[in-house]
Amino acid sequence: MPKDHGIGASSKRREDVRFLTGRGKYTDDMAIAGQVHAVFVRSQVAHGRIKKVDTSNAAKMPGVLAVFTGEDFKDVGGNPAGWLIKSRNGEAMREPKRPVLAHGKVRHVGDAYAAVVAETLAQAKDAAQQIADDSVIEELPAIVDMAAAVANASNRVHDEIPDNLCYDWGWIEDNRAKVDEAIRNAPHVTTLELVNNRLVPNAMEPRASIGEYFPGTGDYKLTTTSQNPHLTRLLVAAFVLGIPENKLTVVAPDVGGGFGSKIYHYGEEALVLAAAKQLARPVRWTAERTESFLTDAHGRDHVTKIELACEKDGTFIAFRTETMANVGAYLSNFATVTPTFLHGTLMAGPYKVPNVYVNVKTVFTNTAPVDAYRGAGRPEATFSLERVIDKMCRELGLDPFEVRRKNFVTTDMFPYTTPVALVYDTGNYHATLDKAMEMADVAGFETRAAASKAKGKLRGLGLSTWIEACGIAPSHLVGILGSRVGLYDAATVRVNATGNISVMVGAHSHGQSHETVFAQIVADKLGIPEASVEIVHGDTSKIPFGMGSYGSRSLAVCGVAMAKAVDKIIAKGKKIAAHMLEAGEGDITFADGKFSVAGTDKAKTFGEIAFSAYVPHNYPLETLEPGLEETAFYDPANFTYPAGAYLCEVEVDPDTGKVDIVGFYCADDFGNIMNPMVVEGQVHGGVGQGIGQALLENTRYNEDGQLLSGSYMDYAMPRADDVPFYTVDYSCQTPCTHNPLGVKGCGEAGAIGSPPAVVNAVIDALHRGGFTHVTHIDMPVSPSRVWSAIHG
Amino acid sequence: MHNFDFVKPSSIADAVKAMGQDGAQALSGGQTLIPTMKQRLAAPSVLVSLTGIKEMQGVCMGEGGLHVGAATPHAIVAREAKSHYPALAALAGGIGDPAVRVRGTIGGSIANNDPAACYPSAVLGSGATVVTNKRKIAADDYFQGLFTTALEEGEIVIEVVFPIPEKAAYVKFNQPASRFALTGVFVAKFASGVRVAVTGASQNGVFRWTDAENALGRSFNAQMVSGLTVDASEMIGDLHGTPAYRANLVKVLTSRAVAAAG
Repeated sequence: MPKDHGIGASSKRREDVRFLTGRGKYTDDMAIAGQVHAVFVRSQVAHGRIKKVDTSNAAKMPGVLAVFTGEDFKDVGGNPAGWLIKSRNGEAMREPKRPVLAHGKVRHVGDAYAAVVAETLAQAKDAAQQIADDSVIEELPAIVDMAAAVANASNRVHDEIPDNLCYDWGWIEDNRAKVDEAIRNAPHVTTLELVNNRLVPNAMEPRASIGEYFPGTGDYKLTTTSQNPHLTRLLVAAFVLGIPENKLTVVAPDVGGGFGSKIYHYGEEALVLAAAKQLARPVRWTAERTESFLTDAHGRDHVTKIELACEKDGTFIAFRTETMANVGAYLSNFATVTPTFLHGTLMAGPYKVPNVYVNVKTVFTNTAPVDAYRGAGRPEATFSLERVIDKMCRELGLDPFEVRRKNFVTTDMFPYTTPVALVYDTGNYHATLDKAMEMADVAGFETRAAASKAKGKLRGLGLSTWIEACGIAPSHLVGILGSRVGLYDAATVRVNATGNISVMVGAHSHGQSHETVFAQIVADKLGIPEASVEIVHGDTSKIPFGMGSYGSRSLAVCGVAMAKAVDKIIAKGKKIAAHMLEAGEGDITFADGKFSVAGTDKAKTFGEIAFSAYVPHNYPLETLEPGLEETAFYDPANFTYPAGAYLCEVEVDPDTGKVDIVGFYCADDFGNIMNPMVVEGQVHGGVGQGIGQALLENTRYNEDGQLLSGSYMDYAMPRADDVPFYTVDYSCQTPCTHNPLGVKGCGEAGAIGSPPAVVNAVIDALHRGGFTHVTHIDMPVSPSRVWSAIHG
Repeated sequence: MHNFDFVKPSSIADAVKAMGQDGAQALSGGQTLIPTMKQRLAAPSVLVSLTGIKEMQGVCMGEGGLHVGAATPHAIVAREAKSHYPALAALAGGIGDPAVRVRGTIGGSIANNDPAACYPSAVLGSGATVVTNKRKIAADDYFQGLFTTALEEGEIVIEVVFPIPEKAAYVKFNQPASRFALTGVFVAKFASGVRVAVTGASQNGVFRWTDAENALGRSFNAQMVSGLTVDASEMIGDLHGTPAYRANLVKVLTSRAVAAAG
């Protein structure tokens, strides 16, 4: 029988009470006495030299309090890149300054080069328009296409970077010659060139920030839409504005979705703080949807050539990948690691392939910055691999299921070191594939295909077997690879005198259900009701430290820190209990919320122990501090490796090219499950985003660098009728071997595993319909593209 | 959005008078105008709401067919035209989403004449008459290209009168993002002949596909369309479809509309 509380129960989401009744409290909901409004003046051209920014007329307009230009910030720091990546030749990546406001040049449409603060939003908008009218920006040829950017050394996004190249990275460089040799000598090589389409994150809540300055104390406060308030504090304080960290509080209240885009620090946050200081008034800004499209960090945008070398029976010999990754105009905080260590290290997939080499050239263009977006590098790796495997199976007439089985790393091989330097701790890839095939009734597919054919539709089945590395990440390892921060996380468990508990966690919850699931874990471990546990997050003045929510790391890193803090509480409780029960500490056991003397009926409840810690009348004060509060930092020993098998079934209308997803089946191994309902929700959301990428979302800049898909009139988001009822299973569990909860992470899985399953299904449908000339269609696989491919 | 004055006259005469002011702009359901104003791409100084005028509201049978008041929201047409003109009601019920349908109006739609809007195809496909405060305009004369109509400055659409065909159907293929018609085809069979109006596809806005009308006039059967070709040279090409793709959709959707009309 399923549990009704604690670990493994589908406890209802407590955050839904406020979210579903309109009582959430988001940044834009905060009304602060005396607040004033910032509006940014943004470039209309993709690339231009700033000849003049004249703010004098704007400054005299009604209600205008302050104007800012790039000149005002030229002496403060830039927004830095979080990872230093080295090129194949050992050179450090090129790292141009990313200023608060553009100075000298504007580098993408939407690049802010001035800002106005006024009493009202309308006054600020009027003045911003005036500045735009009074400015002279000499338009330069836009650099949009990556290949052209690298080939044309004279047209530069950053004047100091001659070939627009951030770095030329090889992984692993020592593999290169061996992989080349293996491919040269292989009996069969399948080559596929593909695009991993750029995505706009489209969080429902746009970015918003409020800066406050308190002249009486010299303190600053930034309320902002962040997945990562401590990182934002670090970047604003230490790198950009030079505010002492202990004088700046960053609060990320309810945040309406991030998907990666709100991990990073953005210039608007620094501007509202600087303006608040200057004016001694709260300064607020909320992005309009157009600003979100133009300036949120976008995702993906890879152009890849992948080669798969194999035996005639489909046994893999080597994978070789050459990718160009678009980083946009500036380096966003994680932009350099996403196409490298979050992508290249996954290019072995769940397969025992002996030879893998990955080359990534990361290129500056006059487009919005690109950074990690749900899955971040791993969807790109999975898409390349699973598409080229599918193509190989067609070329050699092999069964795609059997080819995967033949090549899977088997359960007796763990821990398994891949040729791209990851060590998979555990997994069972055959089990998830078998489960997915059973759920999808693969055996009955031909009957369903015949029924589709009878009504003029083409039915197809697509498979993707995926793996990811998440629970990011072991600090010593990422330090070697170029990370400039550690990737542990932290939690404080504060037992109050009355026995209820406040847990301050570093991970920020903006849809992930931490407030529910983390409380389940604490309650389960302490044997108390979930309602007695409150989760506090998103405020740097309250929580010990945190490295943010992304990379499916909240539970596997912060959750483990929290569990360790609970263990410390129990250990201290045992000491207190030993004193109160007049027993040896070693004789005290803790179970079901009670500290007992082993072998006796002497016991104290958790509440009694908590009370004693705060009212220490009968307490070992000589050897033990009063109070019951513990903090733990946890630095993982390895990544975690969720994996799974996804099957997608589609119907294609050959007359219109429309693809309907009629079934989607996910068999995932996430290790131990804390809350099945929440896991299902995460998979549904992830697969929905993957389907969006596969079928709908088309971010297109024209050759002038104008974003053609800059509104919902042209950027297609998945809607309810675009996605099927999902069939989700997580019963194939191989618990993570190196964290005490045995958890792996489930937040990104759906977005990683689903796009190739969808595209493989469409190609399968077309082949079954006789259109065997179609070997690939780039995402989004829109009706027009499908129809054109059929008739191409 | 910039500041503006707002008036809501209760008679056509008052509306016409209000429209005479400098910078006046008629406002019906506001489904295009309000977003445009929010983006500061339009800044009328006076908005003249047409939703408070009784004779511009509602659906009823009368001389010449079904009279639809210009300020009637799509949701009302979807509900109240159903028994009189099911194809028109179905088209109205498929525009946008529920929020759009309770605000947006037929008059606003055809006055704007968005090349991807649904209503123009019904008006043209039915051979309807657009009645304004000044005159009656035949649909064939009314639509004059992208966002262009026969309306003069300050002229207000009062109602649209639809002759009721023997059979009709509208089939649209959604643009994936906006869910406007990537292409939509309205087919209506009258005793006097067949009309086929296409929206969403052409660079010149809604148009009649006369080859199909002639073929279907001989026999109202989906097969009659299969031998025809559609010239792609005047079709729209954009993010969502090439001209050739839209030309294909015109043909496919016309067949499907004929089949749906029965």
